[in-house]
Amino acid sequence: MTVADLNKIKTEYEDLVKVRKVVEEEGKKLAEKTGYRKQILVCGGTGCTSSGSRKVIAALEDELKAQNVNDVLVVKTGCFGLCALGPIMIVYPEGCFYSQVKPENMKRIVDEHIVGGNICKDLLYKETVHEDGTILSLSETNFYKKQMRIALENCGVIDPENVKEYIATEGYQALYKVLFEMTPDDVIQTMLDSGLRGRGGGGFPTGRKWAFAKASKGDVKYVCCNADEGDPGAFMDRSILEGDPHAVLEAMTIAGYAIGAHQGYIYVRAEYPIAVERLKIAIAQAREYGFLGKNIFGSGFDFDIEIRLGAGAFVCGEETALMNSIEGHRGEPKPRPPFPAVKGLFGVPTILNNVETWSNIPKIIRRGADWYASMGTETSKGTKVFALGGKITNVGLVEVPMGTTLREIIEEIGGGIPNGKKFKAAQTGGPSGGCIPAQHIDTPIDYENLMKLGSMMGSGGLIVMDEDTCMVDISKFYLNFTVDESCGKCTPCRVGTRRLLQYLEKITEGKGEMKDLENIEDLAQHMKSSSLCALGQSAPNPILSTIQYFRDEYVDHIENKHCTAGVCKSLVSFEIIKDKCIGCGLCARNCPVSAISKTDYIAPGKKLPAMEIDKAKCIKCGVCESNCKFSAIIKK
Amino acid sequence: MSEKSLIPFKGTPEQEAELMKVIEAHRTQPGGLMPTLQEAQGIYGYLPVEVQKMIADGLGLSLSEVFGVATFYSQFSLTPKGEHRISVCLGTACYVKGSDKILEAVEQKLGIKSGECTADGKFSIDACRCVGACGLAPVMTIDEDVYGKITPDQVSKILESYSKGGADK
Repeated sequence: MTVADLNKIKTEYEDLVKVRKVVEEEGKKLAEKTGYRKQILVCGGTGCTSSGSRKVIAALEDELKAQNVNDVLVVKTGCFGLCALGPIMIVYPEGCFYSQVKPENMKRIVDEHIVGGNICKDLLYKETVHEDGTILSLSETNFYKKQMRIALENCGVIDPENVKEYIATEGYQALYKVLFEMTPDDVIQTMLDSGLRGRGGGGFPTGRKWAFAKASKGDVKYVCCNADEGDPGAFMDRSILEGDPHAVLEAMTIAGYAIGAHQGYIYVRAEYPIAVERLKIAIAQAREYGFLGKNIFGSGFDFDIEIRLGAGAFVCGEETALMNSIEGHRGEPKPRPPFPAVKGLFGVPTILNNVETWSNIPKIIRRGADWYASMGTETSKGTKVFALGGKITNVGLVEVPMGTTLREIIEEIGGGIPNGKKFKAAQTGGPSGGCIPAQHIDTPIDYENLMKLGSMMGSGGLIVMDEDTCMVDISKFYLNFTVDESCGKCTPCRVGTRRLLQYLEKITEGKGEMKDLENIEDLAQHMKSSSLCALGQSAPNPILSTIQYFRDEYVDHIENKHCTAGVCKSLVSFEIIKDKCIGCGLCARNCPVSAISKTDYIAPGKKLPAMEIDKAKCIKCGVCESNCKFSAIIKK
Repeated sequence: MSEKSLIPFKGTPEQEAELMKVIEAHRTQPGGLMPTLQEAQGIYGYLPVEVQKMIADGLGLSLSEVFGVATFYSQFSLTPKGEHRISVCLGTACYVKGSDKILEAVEQKLGIKSGECTADGKFSIDACRCVGACGLAPVMTIDEDVYGKITPDQVSKILESYSKGGADK
């Protein structure tokens, strides 16, 4: 592979991909040049695959074949971001956005739209259809309008299984530039100047990490990619691997050149089968085209990458634990120093960055450090991807400049809280982070501000909670998680997390005392100062931040034996008001655990005997209450 | 140890031959134990002590080291799984949408707890940490099928479609 070959492929495929970025007249002209009258992009990410996009693609292809349509290209892409509306399908050059499509819709879409030229407006995402009938493009919707896509630039745009489409978006140009126009020190300086900080949790400056590793002596060094996204509810790394795997490979090779390494490892969760598969395909293609392997672009530089599968351990997000795991051991962390940049994987200098960090790097090399540093806040440059989940309308993946406020993300991009409920808190940083209450919703998000609020950036999970979420219960949920995931090596974490959980269990069972809160805060401080790794040091964050901002709820549980949100099982019960019950039996039929049965009592004016709930069997799921049409069931 | 460890090991010579090939492939690879365990679990469905012994001997490691790694990671199971593997997502996004109630409904329906297998070997339940389909929360998976946005009252019907043999979505 020479640069001439690279540019040739780029020119050949450029228009094909550009059709997906421009709309209307320009798009139509470009489409004619490519030989494909229309392109149909269907999301093949995990979210849409789970809601059935494979069947949609199969039905679409069958239908096109049956109608003998040969000038339409079907592309299976990575995640578009709007997972709640899956399966998602976009038709270019019109750029119209079909949401929640089903295999049985395909015949109609092909008949009316692809062949007939009339868009099926009723199947489009309703926000893209204007009152007067005009159709908005995706970038004009509230969800996308405020976003700035850099790490996710290619996700939902290119076919991740086709290296040529990556090349068409200037893929592997940064690698060429680095190998022929820059010294390793230039590369590191560019990283430093860009202000890029690690997107995996701590926010350590990427350039400094690389500079340490370059300064470490040694013939053998390694470059690692952390793709073991352990934060439950975060899926940005997975989406990048599924949508743009070559960006990660290109960036790791650039890092290899900068620090003097020739081997990379990607440590990826085994629970991400689609991501693993696409990575395998991407690595095979990169080797075939000479972007990995010996003598890349004829520069004399060698680099290759191997995939290692994680096996489900949250602590392996910690760098030394991850390296222990690649070495085939229990994923327990080691004391630092020595830092991995000095003594890491297999005892040699190693750098580790996470997927999102890697994904930014080729763009920084191509467009320059100043471009990247011009975005974001004083201390946090660039953009951040958030996995927006929980009680929010537009569940999905969003990328915004650092410094965007929580309010913009939740109310504008996220479309607010469904069912008219009130916003209570946003949780960032997963089990290591904290809950941010409504009074701080206008805080611009960056690393420092989140720390000040008692939370942290983490990998970018952003879970929205409404008035029905109990803050004591949610901190119990996180502590349950850290108890499970604590590796057991150091005492403060192993014992401390269990003790914290016991306090929370006591409080949620209505047996708490006020002095428990003091004990929790005291124990938490000890854990923060004496745990071996970040897992233990940050494990008390969910509980501390909820005590700080929602102390009233804790006090309500302790003093009044009352769960404010009506969640904690020991403190709530469901009851049937017998005089209101008409005995229709709907509740009994819907009860998942058969806890409801007939009594002998017939209420005055009713024909059938009333029902009652067996409290020993009841799991307090609330299905009966939400189904009862006579308001005869109440939560106490 | 509980009675679970008493389930007799029923490995076949074919499985053993396959395992030997896997061990051979990873024998000299740095950090080869994890991939070996992953592939071994793929062959047997779980990692009984008999299999761990073969791996320890094959890779030249002590059984305690193999056992240490096999018990550290949640993906490895030392007990067999059911014919249908049920997994209820307890990731944060699913939890705030009530997936704990789904898990409880499944547990009550089958009369077993998370991490266990029914006596007839038909179903096993696990709580998992995020399938990554947060847009569909709460999510339950059975084998390769994903059930999203479910409520506790749908659990019975979904499970019945499997006990009658085969998915019927």
